[in-house]
Amino acid sequence: MPRNADHRDVQRLLAEGGQLVEVLPVEEFASEHLIGAHNIPLKSLTRESVAHLDRDRPVIVYCWDHL
Amino acid sequence: MSPRAAWRLETFGFTQVYDYVDGKADWLGYGLPTEGDGASLPRAGGVVQRDVPTCRLDDDLKSAVEHARAAGWDTCAVVNAAGIVLGRLPADAPDGVDGQSIEAVMDVGPTTVRPSEQLADLVGRMQHFDVAHMLVTTPDGRLVGILRRADAERLLLQQHHHDHHDHAGG
Repeated sequence: MPRNADHRDVQRLLAEGGQLVEVLPVEEFASEHLIGAHNIPLKSLTRESVAHLDRDRPVIVYCWDHL
Repeated sequence: MSPRAAWRLETFGFTQVYDYVDGKADWLGYGLPTEGDGASLPRAGGVVQRDVPTCRLDDDLKSAVEHARAAGWDTCAVVNAAGIVLGRLPADAPDGVDGQSIEAVMDVGPTTVRPSEQLADLVGRMQHFDVAHMLVTTPDGRLVGILRRADAERLLLQQHHHDHHDHAGG
C-alpha cells in the first residue's frame, strides 16, 4: 500500500536513495521540477515507461498538489 | 493524480512507493530547490529578510515596539512558540504606554506569501496596493521572514539590467 509522505519524508527518502517521479505533463515538468525527478506523465505510466526505475529503492510520486 | 500513479506503481511490482500528496506546490512553498526552465525566476524566498523582529502575544507591547524600531523595522511579526504567525504589529501601532496588549492592537490574519511566490507578480501587487512589506511564511504558517518591497524592486532592477546586458552582448 502506498504511503503518504510530506516534504520532510521526501528529503529523507532522497538522502536514502529514493527516486522521484513527477506525473505531470511534459510542459509542466520542463518548467520546473524537483531536482533529479523523472517525468512520467500519468497517461504514460506503463510497465515499459517505469522499467528504468530501480525496484529495490523507494519511489516517490508527486503532482502539483493534493487536488 | 499522484495517488493513482502510486497505486499503479504497486501493481507493477514496486514495493516501496510513497505519495508526496502535497506535491510540487508544497515543495516550492518551503523554498526547496528545483530545476527547469522556470526555476531561475526570482522568488520571494530569494530576497526575504529572515532576521526580523518577532514577539509573542503575551510580550510587553512597549518593549516589542521599541525592539522592532531599534532593529530598523516599523513592524513586528507576532508568532507563537512554534513560530506560526498569529498577527502583525502595524507600523502605526501605539507604543504601549497606555498598557494595551499586543493582541489588542495587532493585525489579525495579515496577508502572507510563500517563498515560492514569483517576485515580479508579487511586487506588482504590492505596488498596486501600496504595501511596503509582506510576511513570508511556509505553507503551514511558520514565519520565514519579511519581504521589503524596496529590496524586491532592487533585485528585479538588477535582474533586468543583467538580462539586458546579456541580450545586448549575445
